[in-house]
Amino acid sequence: MKLLTGNDLKTGFVTWWTGADWSLHIEDAADVGEGGEAIAAAEEGARRVNAPYIIAGEATTDGPRPAHIKDRIRALGPTVRPDLTLKPADPNAGDWVI
Amino acid sequence: MYKYDEYDQQMVDARVAEFSDQVRRRLAGEITEDQFKPLRLMNGLYLQLHAYMLRVAVPYGTMSSKQLRMLGHIARTYDRNYGHFTTRQNIQFNWPKLRDIPKILELLASVEMHAIQTSGNCIRNITTDQFAGAAADEILDPRPVAEILRQWSSLHPEFLYLPRKFKIAMSGATHDRAAIRFHDIGLQATTNAEGEIGWEVWVGGGLGRTPIIGKLINPHVPHEHLLAYLESILRVYNRYGRRDNKYKARIKILVHEEGIDNIRAQVEEEFSHVKGGVLTLPQDELDRIGAYFAAPAFERLNSSAIDVAREKIINPSYGRWLDNNLNAHQRPGYVSVTVSLKPIGGAPGDATSEQMEAIADLAERYSFDELRVSHEQNLVLPHVKIADLPAIYEKLVEIGFAEGNAGLITDMIACPGLDFCALANARSIPIAQELSRKFAAPERQKQIGDLKIKISGCINACGHHHVGHIGILGVEKKGTELYQITVGGDATEQASIGDILGHGFVAEDVPDAIERLVDTYIARRESEAEPFIAAFRRLGKEPFKEALYGNG
Ligand code: SF4
Repeated sequence: MKLLTGNDLKTGFVTWWTGADWSLHIEDAADVGEGGEAIAAAEEGARRVNAPYIIAGEATTDGPRPAHIKDRIRALGPTVRPDLTLKPADPNAGDWVI
Repeated sequence: MYKYDEYDQQMVDARVAEFSDQVRRRLAGEITEDQFKPLRLMNGLYLQLHAYMLRVAVPYGTMSSKQLRMLGHIARTYDRNYGHFTTRQNIQFNWPKLRDIPKILELLASVEMHAIQTSGNCIRNITTDQFAGAAADEILDPRPVAEILRQWSSLHPEFLYLPRKFKIAMSGATHDRAAIRFHDIGLQATTNAEGEIGWEVWVGGGLGRTPIIGKLINPHVPHEHLLAYLESILRVYNRYGRRDNKYKARIKILVHEEGIDNIRAQVEEEFSHVKGGVLTLPQDELDRIGAYFAAPAFERLNSSAIDVAREKIINPSYGRWLDNNLNAHQRPGYVSVTVSLKPIGGAPGDATSEQMEAIADLAERYSFDELRVSHEQNLVLPHVKIADLPAIYEKLVEIGFAEGNAGLITDMIACPGLDFCALANARSIPIAQELSRKFAAPERQKQIGDLKIKISGCINACGHHHVGHIGILGVEKKGTELYQITVGGDATEQASIGDILGHGFVAEDVPDAIERLVDTYIARRESEAEPFIAAFRRLGKEPFKEALYGNG
């Protein structure tokens, strides 16, 4: 699957295209298939996202998972600061990255 | 400390206003990211792995309590309550929001700080010895000249679009604590045969993809001609540096390809035109700037030896801290204190708002309001009365920064790596944390002695791995993190670049691999007085290679 990601313009935080909007949570990300470029161009024009780009991912029972470790760390947050990740209460969140 | 005059303040205020307007236009959609990116980078604003990152300059690593307190305030109010001190003696905030940047820059300007030229192909923040103005082995305090270089290089119209970034480091002491031979230009204070103090100028050093030890281009440049001489080097570089290839654009490649003799001749030719002109530094200007760095009002104290042995019996942790975290001072009765930002298992160089504020309070109370950032990612209280050490230690215990490990194996440099950095191949901080825990036992650290481990998450080498006695470099292989180990690097005046001894290790295997290197050193050293790096030089790499990979 292909995922569209970028950074929120105002905050800089990592965001994922859900099919209709942007979300901070990778679980909400939608497969953009071959349509990613067009969505990226439209959304950048709409000033909601900064420098969007397409990455490879795979569908898992827990939702979409980026293929590359860098994108997984980007999706979760710093592995050395679980308190600053998107899942501060989940002690196993780091396992998803590795 | 230097105080901004009206020109400095105007320059910084004008830049804050200009960039605030650029941010406003970006948020309003009037400019695109492609248009905005070069503008934000000129103001130290990156887009990193998780968010924007703002890199704030700490000029030549010197700060006042008020400035550190402001950094703590910014971290609490606009970031996530911490900041990261870097090998460039700067601080990075990892989570600022674009909409808050104008306010952050305004607050920084209110305490004479900014983020200008902390990015981009220009002359970056100048770094120095963290004990400048205090060290017993100092020939002269490098900070007045560093300040003059700061003024010369700030928004220098000719040097804002160099072929690549340009880093200058200075040491005013005999022992190089600023890694000057690994900078584009390194300046070493020196005295010539006539007894005049001037500067040895080293050029073309650097780390990264192509690590090179700087070469001596001039053994003695007097103060009055230093600006003209540096301008001459920069002009030659600006003219001939390779703009066609990012990886060959640093001055080190130019010096390497052209040869130092050729570059020296070009610089001399340029210097013959520039010398004696507007860049001549009159003694009264040097004196005027020097007055800002006049020694604080030290008390006349008797030199008092600290009875470390006795203190160790009463409180071993305090004894260790006294043993390792003090540096000899010029004045009797005073020392410089290294506040280790390397608690066991911590992220090297990170400090919370509360910790920054507490250290600022200590500096105000016990160190004439002065602080330093070291390139080894620690903070320094430069001028402390020996009698005040117990009170300082007690406060450091309270805030979790009382580790007596300065210069020991757990005092590691680690770059942010893949946990934060968009360029990274692998994580650095978790490796540092594992090693820190593995070697935490005080007796073990003491047994090992002076050993510098430096870790980078990619070949850009922000963690200075090439010059670690043991260096660790994160690489990527088929989507997994791997770590290459180098041995034998040295950032001091005995500069050397570490050797790669073989294939990389997965993260879980790194701590044991390092332990095998350490054990080999301990087994083979002549005595406890022979440090790791000396033993490596004597023994060569074979025993260490065997320790890592066996003899097959
Ligand atoms: S060395 Fe690489 S991973 Fe580490 S901070 Fe520098 S660019 Fe990032």
